[in-house]
Amino acid sequence: MYDLVWLLPALPFAGFLVLTLGGPRISRGACAWIACSTVGISTAIMLAFAVGFLIHPPAEHAHTLTLWRWIPLEAVGIPFSLRLDTLSQAMASVITGVGFLIHLYSTEYMKMDPDYNRFFAYLNLFVGFMLLLVLADNFVLLLVGWEGVGLCSYLLIGFWYRDPANGRAARKAFVVTRIGDAALLIGIFLIFAELGTLHIPEVLALAPERWELGSGVALAAALLILGGAVGKSAQLPLQTWLPDAMAGPTPVSALIHAATMVTAGVYLIARTHGLFELAPPAMQTVAVIGSVTLFTAACAALVQRDIKRVLAYSTISQIGYMFLALGVGAWAGALFHFMTHAWFKALLFLAAGAVINALHHEQDLFRMGGLRKKLPLVFWTFLIGAACLAALPLVTSGFYSKEKLLWDVWISPYGGPWFWAVAMAGAFVTALYSARLVALVFFGPARTQVSARPGGRVGFVLVILAIWSLIGGGIELPHTFAHVTVFSDFVAMTIPTLVELPPGLDAQLWTLLAVASVIVVAGATLGAWLYGAGAPAREALAARTGAVHRFLMNGWEFDRLYDTILVRPYVRLAEWNRADGVDKAVFLITGLTRAAHVAIQRTQHGQLRRYAAGVATGAVIILLIMLFQ
Amino acid sequence: MILFWLIALPALGGVFALLAGRRSPEAARWISIAALAAGFALAIPYLGRATETGWLAEFSLPWIPRLGISFHLAMDGLSLLLVLLTYLLGILSVVVSWRSIDRRVGFFHFNMLWILTGTIGVFIATDLFLFFFFWELMVLPMFLVIGIWGHENRNYAAIKFFIFTQASGLLLLVAIVGLAFAHFHTTGVLTFHYDELLGAELTAVAQMWLMLGFFVAFAVKVPAFPFHTWLADAHSEAPTGGSVILAGVLLKTGGYGLIRFVVPLFPEASAAFAPYAMAMGVAGILYGAKLAFAQSDLKRLIAYTSISHMGFILLGVFSWNELALQGSVVQMICHGFSTGALFILAGCLYDRIHTRDLSRMGGFRDQAPRMAALGLFFAMASLGLPGLGNFIGEFLVLVGAFQASVPLTVLATLGVVAAAVYSLWIVQRVFHGTPHSSSRITDLNLREFGALAVLLIGLLWFGLYPKPLLDTADKPLRELRNHASERFERATELRRHGEAVFRIPDPGAQTHPVRRTDAPETHRHSAATIALP
Repeated sequence: MYDLVWLLPALPFAGFLVLTLGGPRISRGACAWIACSTVGISTAIMLAFAVGFLIHPPAEHAHTLTLWRWIPLEAVGIPFSLRLDTLSQAMASVITGVGFLIHLYSTEYMKMDPDYNRFFAYLNLFVGFMLLLVLADNFVLLLVGWEGVGLCSYLLIGFWYRDPANGRAARKAFVVTRIGDAALLIGIFLIFAELGTLHIPEVLALAPERWELGSGVALAAALLILGGAVGKSAQLPLQTWLPDAMAGPTPVSALIHAATMVTAGVYLIARTHGLFELAPPAMQTVAVIGSVTLFTAACAALVQRDIKRVLAYSTISQIGYMFLALGVGAWAGALFHFMTHAWFKALLFLAAGAVINALHHEQDLFRMGGLRKKLPLVFWTFLIGAACLAALPLVTSGFYSKEKLLWDVWISPYGGPWFWAVAMAGAFVTALYSARLVALVFFGPARTQVSARPGGRVGFVLVILAIWSLIGGGIELPHTFAHVTVFSDFVAMTIPTLVELPPGLDAQLWTLLAVASVIVVAGATLGAWLYGAGAPAREALAARTGAVHRFLMNGWEFDRLYDTILVRPYVRLAEWNRADGVDKAVFLITGLTRAAHVAIQRTQHGQLRRYAAGVATGAVIILLIMLFQ
Repeated sequence: MILFWLIALPALGGVFALLAGRRSPEAARWISIAALAAGFALAIPYLGRATETGWLAEFSLPWIPRLGISFHLAMDGLSLLLVLLTYLLGILSVVVSWRSIDRRVGFFHFNMLWILTGTIGVFIATDLFLFFFFWELMVLPMFLVIGIWGHENRNYAAIKFFIFTQASGLLLLVAIVGLAFAHFHTTGVLTFHYDELLGAELTAVAQMWLMLGFFVAFAVKVPAFPFHTWLADAHSEAPTGGSVILAGVLLKTGGYGLIRFVVPLFPEASAAFAPYAMAMGVAGILYGAKLAFAQSDLKRLIAYTSISHMGFILLGVFSWNELALQGSVVQMICHGFSTGALFILAGCLYDRIHTRDLSRMGGFRDQAPRMAALGLFFAMASLGLPGLGNFIGEFLVLVGAFQASVPLTVLATLGVVAAAVYSLWIVQRVFHGTPHSSSRITDLNLREFGALAVLLIGLLWFGLYPKPLLDTADKPLRELRNHASERFERATELRRHGEAVFRIPDPGAQTHPVRRTDAPETHRHSAATIALP
């Protein structure tokens, strides 16, 4: 059965091909059917695989399917082969599942768009590449998926291509992530030069034999891979592209820039965990990047006016949590949070999309308000999403995944109280901005008229995602609650767990859970008060902190920094040397020839006297030379 | 005999096209296509035999026996790939010139086919004198194509092209004659035959000078930084068909020459020179990408991307290992496809709006969605998107080069970021944004679409299943490496360990013979006489 794994990426690719070649000849209805059914069938196959793995896992908990010999050379043989294990399944089930729901949502959301078919073609292409990325069993094939999703991200951010601003955002996304990709490429070259293979399981098996714990090579390899992950997952210092990526249609933001593609970095680190385990400083770096990112991005989310930018910064921040977990070796914790985040963040984006559509494409939070009564379904689902994001205790999946993650950070030998404290500070800010979102959009006076109400498919998708966001946390519970570890057991089939639970820490866990709950509730309450009854106090505060506000609004001014030190110098250099200085140097030769020509021409002036003088002078010189030799 | 026809078909086709063109331009076009298609069909069957050792086919006629010169042709897998590329792009360049060339059609096709004759000759000549003959044969018709059918600034570009290639051709001639004489000195046999010269015993000095002679000639053609400045003018001023041939095929003669002649004939000198050559390659990658980004002329922009892409070939050849060499070959083929396609697109745009100025383009996606989709595809190929052929080439070159030089490879890898910048810039400026003027443009017609579709399928194929390419190039590259590797690697080792047995000599110093176990002492005396032929 597992040999059917090739169908997972092949079906969406086929959908893309049909939609591209058919172009405008395919009717909208047919287009929607093709796009949804390909991803839908992939989802069904994926579910069958997952159930199969749970009931009766194959040998070594993995199944490899080699499709063809791709780059067969003596020095390296790279097959085109897919590997199905529990890690790729965890990723693929989210990609297909959430992907399918977002396809379904888009059939209604994009119905007014003239480029309907192109949109679904790109969306299908994206799902195909994303599945290829997580199923690849060697680094080169992984790159195909990796850059392929980057291409789709570029295409979909710039989907409305007539506006040059969208084009700029799209190019920025591609180029910034490509900086990370360059690092990843160098890392791959290094791994090949050292280990002689690019097959990921082989690399993971060979690395501990060849490299000592803490060796420089392992550190370099891990850091270079981290470079790629940081670019794709929009972590510091390459996070600047994601807020601008919101220029794309909202379903795209939900699918690519929240649920799936941006978590590819998390996947990559989890996939190459063996290399990171050999390089403790690299693990520390991951944890530090994660914790700094989660806090800075949360602060930036707090002040944004654009509802999608809030969610974008919140995505950066939540992926920061995942990076923190990866950095302390909590592989399952990171992936669990990836999974719940995919549900509730997709939910938030899709609900936000419904709001934006209802308000004539209004995205400014301060021109929304009072939608609780007018859009009750959207309100309730958004509320659930925001509660998950804030990790409201007990009832939300976000709570369970975040608490697992934080508990792992607390007990891991790589983690500790400091990282936990930063994460808690981030959690407080997260609760604050989640409450702010809900308060500004759904409470208070209505500032814009509702012009459209979401239809059946949008509502259906929102409800499904909301239900998942509520109950999905049940697959993994804190051990003091009950012994449910379905998810971490599933992941541990592929990635051996690094964080062992020392016995007798129940009291600590209870305390941490209580502290976290108090902090979250406090943050949410404060947020609700500031953007409700306490508005005057908030405005007084805002007036006094204008500079800080602007600084956070601009995402800690990273854009300006990179503009100054990278973009503008490059552009200026390019313009300064537009005409190619080397060409000018070549013209020196022509110039010299011409100058010599002019100089010699001067001697041909037709004056007999001077010719005679010349002849005489020459004769004298020759005679002198002959005399003195 | 088939090899003879590979050359004769385009040559004869050119003559017939010239004759027929007086009466009917259409006839000239069809004759050209027929001649090229016939050649392509003749060469194709050899693909299946590429795993055989030795030459796939040979053809020999005595020519000037007194000087050891013969009309000797031979083809192996490496030549075969490039010959097929030449024919294919030749056909496409005729196809895309269908409407845009309307003056002196017969003469145009005569010139095009004679360029191709010269190119194919270069790829299959195994007599160095004959090689030089074909090398020069490419130049004059190209000069005419640029000078007669080019754009506004064509005279300047044509003359610049001519001077650059002639100057480098002179170097090549001197080096070839020098090599033959050096070989004559040690063996008493005067020959220009490649197989025999391959074993020529040379002193270090002679090797270095002769190698540099060959190298510079090929580096101008590749073109390698800093010999690249003819290219932008020639490419941007040439008519579409000329640009396609120039970028797609003519540049490859330089890369071919490096692989076939420079390293195998002069392994030690090449090893000593390798770091500089690789540095030139990397400089080309980065400098070309930076220049491309700054251009406002579409064809000029594409021309500079060629410099960037061809830098990978220089880097790969002088890394001289399996991965890097295979990568260079794949890169040569795929660059021919992707850049050829971009020039065709630029030509299609020029036919419609009569400008190459990017600031007068924009928003064409609305009116020409098919053209936009293809433009996007080829821009992606040019930035090395994995899954397309160019990625295989660049990736293999870089993996191989990493083993030769880590810092240079790291710098070269930065080129992928710069490639993304200029490639996406093309897409943005031409197809995205709002339509610039009220002028309407039509989408690609069937003829243009067909030509581009062939290239698209090729790039997808090479990206997903490059095995046929790699298999075909494998044997010849292996033989060339076997020939040179031991000597190349030993020299590299010595250089690494700081033993300066081999350096660019200054004329006053004592000459250093190559430290080689089998080098007879007697060679030392001849060093002074042949050091500077």
